[in-house]
Amino acid sequence: MERRRRRELLGRIFEGIALAAILFGLLVLFLLLLDVARRGLGVLSWSFFTSYPSRFPEQAGIRSALLGTLWVMALTALFSVPLGVAAAIYLEEYAPRNRVTRLIELNINNLAGVPSIIYGLLGLELFVRGMRLERSILAGALTLSLLILPILITASREALRAVPMGLREAAFALGATRWQVIRHQVLPVAFPGILTGMILALSRAIGETAPLITIGALTFVAFDPKSPFDKFTVLPIQIFNWVSRPQAGFHARAAGAILVLLAVLLAMNSLAIYLRNRLQRRHQW
Amino acid sequence: MGLTTRSVAEIYAARLQRGMAARWREWGELAIQALLFFAAMVSVFTTLGIVAVLVVEAIPFFQQVSLVEFLTDPQWTPLFAQKHFGILPLVAGTFLTSAVALALAIPVGLLSAIYLSEYAPARVRAILKPALEVLAGIPTVVYGYFALLFVTPLLKRIIPDLETFNALSAGLTMGVMIIPLISSLSEDALYAVPSSLREAAYALGATRLEVALRVVLPAALSGIVASFILAASRAIGETMIVAIAAGQRPILTLDPRKAIETMTAYIVQVSLGDTPHGTLEFRTIFAVGLVLFLFTLVLNLLAMRIIERYREVYR
Amino acid sequence: MEEIVLETKDLTVHYDGRPAIEGVNLKIPRRRITAIIGPSGCGKSTLLRCFNRMNDLIPSARVSGQVFFEGVDLYGPDVDVVEVRRRIGMVFQKPNPFPKSIYENVAFGPRIQGIRDRRKLDEIVERCLRAAALWDEVKDKLHQNALTLSGGQQQRLCIARALATEPEVLLMDEPASALDPIATMKIEDLMRELARQYTIVIVTHNMQQAARVSDYTAFMLAGEDRVGRLIEFGPTQQIFTRPRDRRTEDYITGRFG
Repeated sequence: MERRRRRELLGRIFEGIALAAILFGLLVLFLLLLDVARRGLGVLSWSFFTSYPSRFPEQAGIRSALLGTLWVMALTALFSVPLGVAAAIYLEEYAPRNRVTRLIELNINNLAGVPSIIYGLLGLELFVRGMRLERSILAGALTLSLLILPILITASREALRAVPMGLREAAFALGATRWQVIRHQVLPVAFPGILTGMILALSRAIGETAPLITIGALTFVAFDPKSPFDKFTVLPIQIFNWVSRPQAGFHARAAGAILVLLAVLLAMNSLAIYLRNRLQRRHQW
Repeated sequence: MGLTTRSVAEIYAARLQRGMAARWREWGELAIQALLFFAAMVSVFTTLGIVAVLVVEAIPFFQQVSLVEFLTDPQWTPLFAQKHFGILPLVAGTFLTSAVALALAIPVGLLSAIYLSEYAPARVRAILKPALEVLAGIPTVVYGYFALLFVTPLLKRIIPDLETFNALSAGLTMGVMIIPLISSLSEDALYAVPSSLREAAYALGATRLEVALRVVLPAALSGIVASFILAASRAIGETMIVAIAAGQRPILTLDPRKAIETMTAYIVQVSLGDTPHGTLEFRTIFAVGLVLFLFTLVLNLLAMRIIERYREVYR
Repeated sequence: MEEIVLETKDLTVHYDGRPAIEGVNLKIPRRRITAIIGPSGCGKSTLLRCFNRMNDLIPSARVSGQVFFEGVDLYGPDVDVVEVRRRIGMVFQKPNPFPKSIYENVAFGPRIQGIRDRRKLDEIVERCLRAAALWDEVKDKLHQNALTLSGGQQQRLCIARALATEPEVLLMDEPASALDPIATMKIEDLMRELARQYTIVIVTHNMQQAARVSDYTAFMLAGEDRVGRLIEFGPTQQIFTRPRDRRTEDYITGRFG
């Protein structure tokens, strides 16, 4: 009896520790957000969004970084989404079970684990120097496209796999070719899922810093990027730059920029969750 | 005239034969398939591209710096007048921050996973799990900010001789970042353990703790180990936290209070500087990148192997 | 003497190198309903899917022997699969309308054949929905999502959709197994009606249904080796009242599962 009670007490203690562990992670998250808000809320003003970076902390803003991020994200989506969806379609709808397919899948799994800075080295040699794109928005977007491709492919494959087999069979039985089946029946049903995956992949890209530093994105940009061939900076690099300065004024600017970045991420993720929930309610038969 | 005299079978035969239209359609289908295949092959080209870039730039480096010096010299000073090319200090820095990170993330992540899978009521789980996942979605540059401007000042109160840039803060912050990686992969492994196994143990009078630790955990062990390996790979490759908070001083030490430099932080340092492309100094980042790539490749392949094996067990 | 539309000769299907059905010789008469019955796992559906080459979609499936449609070997070298599937329509076990409007479901077949003319499409949709005895129920909501229909209506929509490519043959794979008795009855009435114009092959595990609707019945059975074979084929009445094979008799009197 005594032993049984001791065993149960031990169980309670362990449960407490395990709960504490998960709460620890959440506590740190809370402290992080609190610290960023405490330091950064004060700098959020209209001029913070419309000013270029500056030597004087109180005048420095995120205008060029925000524009750079928009440019890079738009181009990254443009390159990576068609490529990722096409690769996913091939692997889910066409690929025979053979060694080439196995090789491709192994590659995608492995690429998902390659450090992002390695992609930066690839981008530097392939796009910046090899294709002579220099330190342009285009080079940055191409680099990030390769980086998020594995995430996009995996998410798109899941969305395609969720489309019921019966739908494909119905279309094939009506004399549709494989591409007609995919184009008219499978893709429309998988679309919300693919869109969700796309948003999550882009939200990974938007926070990336290291590969863009490696390809030579600038840390000080006092002009608006106007074409894909312009030099650029992005929000995370601007944050990195300000964090690395000794003055507290720049740290506050960094916190302000982090707030903007997190707000964008929050918006993107909320949209993804909203789309996912809508997807789950439809197409049940 | 001809139509009326042909038999029904002949007419159908003609209609079922592949005509010009069918041939065009088949060509179109084939072209589409080829295009899609090419898109899928981009991943293979990317891997080849990475290997090619690293090797092509590393070869001239190793023509000037011997492999023995690279692997054994205890000093890394390529940007100074007195040049030494021993990668050991960078490797040591990388391992130090990664070890600190794993020392935090493994126990916390695993306990979180056990709580979510074995203890949490469904409604609590539905809140805690996504909340924990948020940690994985925060950009690493934000963690770098947090490590330098929050964690380090906090730790300085406890450890007065902590340097402003140090492996400890960077490592701990990185540990927090990879908690969700360990917890979600481990939870998948715990979840995959058949409930019949748990029920059998309960039927023998085991408490929840005993079921969790003696039955479920051992059964899920390979998946859990795989999550640790992936976490290690992630920590080794992590860049911004260490570039911001761990310092740029490549010294061979295991003291986490000191400023060090990791392989990734070194690549950032050179990228930000004005070292001209094509010089020996610049090529060092490809040699370092190659070592980094090999480390993570081995860990990733190992983890993938383990995961594949335990998936087969429960199929 | 009946006119023959479909005929199999020594038809054998392998999955992953293992035979699923073997040596099937069967003749399907024109404008009649032929039921394929047998216990589950006897290869009824596998046989049915040979008639419109749906087995092509399963990479591990190998078909040998011949299937003649109007005298043409469907597995011959120069046959256009797409055309085969248009001429030989299929209705599945679970109603599987596309998650689109009722109109778009029926119009899909003609559309992918290149028919764009709206008036022509309208005409096809109405004709097929009428033929499937669904027109009166849906004519006011043609642009509503098909998934809002009841299960029985969905299945009749799937029949209308199959009719839109103007097939000669309709293959039905247990078309009523997911439906309630009233919806089942409507489908069966519809089948009788459609048999005036179309050849119908129906797979069913429901013997009463086979007896009620079909003109001819084929009985299949998998032996100890789990390979499905055709045991007996004949007019439905004969199969159900005077089967020649002992195993057929055992099955229809309910002695096997």
